[in-house]
Amino acid sequence: MFNTILKYFPFFTDAEVPHTVSARPDTGLYSAKVGIWLFLASEVMLFGGLFSAYIFLRIGAEPGYWPSGLLNVPVGTANTAILIISSVTVVMAWASLKMRQLAKYKFYMLITILCGAIFLTVKLSYEWPAKFNHFGVFIKKESAAKYEDFLGNKHLQDAGQPPRWEISGHLLDAPKGSSYSEQAVKNAEHFAHETHRHDFVTPAEDDYVIQLDPINANPSDKDNDRPHFVPRPLSDKVAVIKASDVESASVFAPRHSTYFATYFLITGLHGLHVLGGILVFLYLWLPFKGGTKLYNSNPEHLANRVEIAGLFWHFVDLVWIFVFPIFYLL
Amino acid sequence: MSNTGHDTHSHTHGASVEAAHGSHDASHDAAHIAAHVGAYVKVGLGLLVLTGVTVGLSYVDFGTREMNIIVGMLVAALKAGLVAFIFMHLNGEKITIWRFLIMTTIFVMGLFFLTYLFHADPISGTSHSTH
Repeated sequence: MFNTILKYFPFFTDAEVPHTVSARPDTGLYSAKVGIWLFLASEVMLFGGLFSAYIFLRIGAEPGYWPSGLLNVPVGTANTAILIISSVTVVMAWASLKMRQLAKYKFYMLITILCGAIFLTVKLSYEWPAKFNHFGVFIKKESAAKYEDFLGNKHLQDAGQPPRWEISGHLLDAPKGSSYSEQAVKNAEHFAHETHRHDFVTPAEDDYVIQLDPINANPSDKDNDRPHFVPRPLSDKVAVIKASDVESASVFAPRHSTYFATYFLITGLHGLHVLGGILVFLYLWLPFKGGTKLYNSNPEHLANRVEIAGLFWHFVDLVWIFVFPIFYLL
Repeated sequence: MSNTGHDTHSHTHGASVEAAHGSHDASHDAAHIAAHVGAYVKVGLGLLVLTGVTVGLSYVDFGTREMNIIVGMLVAALKAGLVAFIFMHLNGEKITIWRFLIMTTIFVMGLFFLTYLFHADPISGTSHSTH
């Protein structure tokens, strides 16, 4: 029974797999090449579904409910460059193997692995956490006039821009019983430390107090009509918002808006792919039987494995080429 | 490379012309590959430049947001093409792979068409402030 099952997973046995190097007569390809492209075809459908969800939600969003300029563009650009560099180095690693230069292969593969690790580290230790500490409230439309100083809808209308319903920044004080109270206390301590102001904590228990993003601090400033390349620091201005005027309020997490729901889903799934790629590269880089040890017995086989893993990696890069502009820029 | 005794290029039975020629990788002799290496670096640099172009163009006002999106997607498509054709070796790839890709394209277009149908029959609750 066990052997029967194993038969279908020749990877774990010593069974000889045909056409790991030589071309199959009918396809003209070594078999793994066919396999990876079938897999990538299914990946196209997976990401295609998510991208079409993005389009669907964005087209369906009422004016003012699809944000722009919320992500850190310089960091995103740097991460894009890192992925592109890793795509070059992985193809160089493959070429080195084809030329039978093992030392060069190891070098290029190491760079590739490091690039992937940097990309993930930036995402998980900087980009995502920064969002989880950023807070936004959507104001009820009927209450928007009360908060015109922070929304600037008159100016936006004159400028032919979509309206603004959201006030965002760092939460300094949350309504009683809010699950964000702890975060608010931390931010308030930080704010008091930076500005020497302690007057922002309101006596009313049902208010949100937010240290404003520059866009809400000066919403009628022409300078704010288009996103900035370098993100600007929070202003020292504070807004007090009645909970009864709020349609919904949360940190910049998936629940916050359809924008962030799709952002975290797509970049999260992409990040998992980056992680998977790193693990496979590590396997091929370390002296495993199927890794660099394979070079001694069958270097062409190792080169093909690297090509296959590389094809996956290029696809992950290719997905990011679309993810970057649609979430960071446009 | 042929000390394994199995699965080498000398072992293709001569069953078909293609097999006798070996996989297309066999034609990648060292000199051939070395010539490619320069191209890979150049394409990489091109992609970096195009990334800068994407970022720069997103701050140019093309009149409407839609125009900016179209321009951004055109640059992204160019970058994707470079990755697919050069890094993923789609230029000169076997017909089997192209058949997969043609079918994939058809199915993905079908998928996006389903999204487009939203205009004809919107799902209630999705076209308003569903934040």
